Amino acid sequence: MNVDVVSWLLWGFVGTIVLTTLMAGSQGLRLTRMNIPYMLGTMFTPSRDRAKLVGFIVHLVNGWIFALLYVIAFHSLGLATWWLGGLIGLVHAAFVLTAGMRILPGLHPRMASEQHGPTVTRQLEPPGFLALNYGVRTPVTVVVAHLLYGAILGGFYGV
Amino acid sequence: MEAIHDHAMIGDCRAAALVSRRGTIDWLCWPRFDSPSVFGALLDDRAGHWTVSPTAPFESTQRYLAGTNVLETRFVTGAGVAVVTDLMPVASEQEKRRVLVGEHEVLRVIRCERGEVEIETLLRARPGYGLRTARMRDAGKLGIRVETGQGTMMLRGDMPLAISADGLVRGRTTLHAGERAHLSLVLACDWPAVLPPLGAWSNETVERSARWWRSWLSRLTYDGPSKGAVERSALVLKLLVFAPSGAVVAAPTTSLPERVGGDLNWDYRFCWLRDASLTVRALFGLGLDEEAESFVSWLLHSTRLTQPELQILYDVHGNVPRSEREIGELSGYLGSRPVRVGNAATDQVQLDVYGEVIDAVAHFVRRGGRLDRETERMLRAFGEHVCRHWQEPDEGIWEPRSGKRHNTHSRVLCWVALDNLLALHERGYLRRAPTERFSANRALIREEVEERAWNPRLQSYAAQLDGEQLDASTLLLSWYGYEPASSERMRRTYAQMRARLGAGDGLLYRYRSSDCPEEGAFGICSFWGAEYLALGGGSAEEAQELFQTLCGYANEVGLYAEEIDPETGRALGNFPQAFTHVGLINAALSLSERLRGEEPHARGVPRGQDTEARVLP
Repeated sequence: MNVDVVSWLLWGFVGTIVLTTLMAGSQGLRLTRMNIPYMLGTMFTPSRDRAKLVGFIVHLVNGWIFALLYVIAFHSLGLATWWLGGLIGLVHAAFVLTAGMRILPGLHPRMASEQHGPTVTRQLEPPGFLALNYGVRTPVTVVVAHLLYGAILGGFYGV
Repeated sequence: MEAIHDHAMIGDCRAAALVSRRGTIDWLCWPRFDSPSVFGALLDDRAGHWTVSPTAPFESTQRYLAGTNVLETRFVTGAGVAVVTDLMPVASEQEKRRVLVGEHEVLRVIRCERGEVEIETLLRARPGYGLRTARMRDAGKLGIRVETGQGTMMLRGDMPLAISADGLVRGRTTLHAGERAHLSLVLACDWPAVLPPLGAWSNETVERSARWWRSWLSRLTYDGPSKGAVERSALVLKLLVFAPSGAVVAAPTTSLPERVGGDLNWDYRFCWLRDASLTVRALFGLGLDEEAESFVSWLLHSTRLTQPELQILYDVHGNVPRSEREIGELSGYLGSRPVRVGNAATDQVQLDVYGEVIDAVAHFVRRGGRLDRETERMLRAFGEHVCRHWQEPDEGIWEPRSGKRHNTHSRVLCWVALDNLLALHERGYLRRAPTERFSANRALIREEVEERAWNPRLQSYAAQLDGEQLDASTLLLSWYGYEPASSERMRRTYAQMRARLGAGDGLLYRYRSSDCPEEGAFGICSFWGAEYLALGGGSAEEAQELFQTLCGYANEVGLYAEEIDPETGRALGNFPQAFTHVGLINAALSLSERLRGEEPHARGVPRGQDTEARVLP
């Protein structure tokens, strides 16, 4: 398996930027309060401004790591198309919304748990099942954003 | 519905809530001053409220913790005494880096001082000016979730809270001496909410906010008469500053009537350029240079889209507000209909705003600032605009909806605009000004005002050219340096004003006309009267006596509305009103300068351009 590193990094970057822009746009349109860079950033700092910056960098690196998994999947299937990428994106979104959101309060040092409520150190609202705490349209935006992320990778990465 | 007069304000420099003496938050527009209300019972009992009060009959009083905008409402019942501390928490930038701080919160801490008091809380959220029913859900340890359309509110308390079938959130607890209960309502709009814990954390939040307010207030340099009233006015002004942009809103409310039962009900949750110079002088005069410079910067930069034409009012980000509409479903304050949101005055022409904005910039220069090229270009464009339009009629400072007139105040403010520009040019702050054109137009304006605004029969400056009516705004002729307060014409104008516009006990109406029948005495005009005396229109003793009389019209916690009912002395109109508090501060500043033997409200522009001086942010 010969991974095209430049293509992986380029389209992983583009896909992550599109995903982030779509989520930020959904926030601006009041479709969701989910802000992945902020949620990631507050793992490292309580400062809102710093959290946004740190979170964006972490999110970008995550985008590349996930892109590598997509690329490995493309190589093992011997196929890279927009619909296959979208399909993997769908699975990715389902994982994020279900297992990912469930385990996040356990991983996040500043996130409150639904069972115990906020404490002095844990005050950030948890996402809940399907991240519905951040708005009923959150699952839709997450699915659409990941579909697009996967479709970009599948469509532009050449096996 | 509780009286306007019986309210205090809490806020976080982004939004403000009114809390009644009965412990009810009956006005809150969230997350911004001009957002739709979530609690609007002040305009209609059905429009949402949040009450915390004893279940037993009580008597109550309010006060702010000294030097803060943290409010205490003290309830005395037959069985005990409870104090509710209300605030919208604020934190320093340092603290925001150290701990997670939510975007928007109302915190209510109840402590029993004596005996035993059963406390009840009732929350009915009615977003969208009471027109929408909030969707609510009990989210267990995370609190009661309330979807408002502007975001999600989360109510938590260390007492059991339950949603009842009629859409109320209810909770009850009995406190004994020394015990406390806490209620926190947060609003999350764009981000996951930050849910502060209750108990000790809430008490620390109260301390932290009080510390922040006291630290801010310690920057005040004022040391003159009625220091307490001036400090309270400064704290009110600070609450009405929209921190992210530096804009100052006129009031946090809409449609509180200038005449109870009448239709003089306007939306004041915007920023009026008319207030610019008076506000900037008040802020600089108190030593609040940061707020003053932010406001001047906002004035110049937020109005760019319409320059060189200036609108009368803008929203906190410098946009023209949405058009005015009436909300027929709301009954209004004591039946005062219609309730309006948005303000149609935005379509009016008010030529005085050029003088006010340019004078605000001149205040900045007097305080050691200098102008960058872009600001110089703007000022020249304003001057050119004034030269082209000063002869035209306008709606004028009071924005009547009865059409345009040749208003004396507007003419004089056009003179002020050109006079300031020429002074800035002569002192080296404004290059390449067309001085001959500015100077010629300034002379023409003065000639016209002296010939046509002075009414020899009335022995007073009139409200309009060739007019027969008086207007309290002509008292500002001295304030703006157009005519010395001690001049014969100004003295006679003041005497006529007292005779014809006096509302008794030092109060003044702004004018008497069919446009506003039976409205109350105007707060800032009354303070202009006191300041006119301090500027040299009377003795220092006369000025001080009048000023102190007017200070007596504040409500229990030191707040003023736009107007004062001369019969009862109680507040009328939108509340609290920045303009009235600005009037109080300016009168106090001029009076204190006069008492110290200095020239009150000196208007000289220092010579030369100091390259070390500050430029606008």
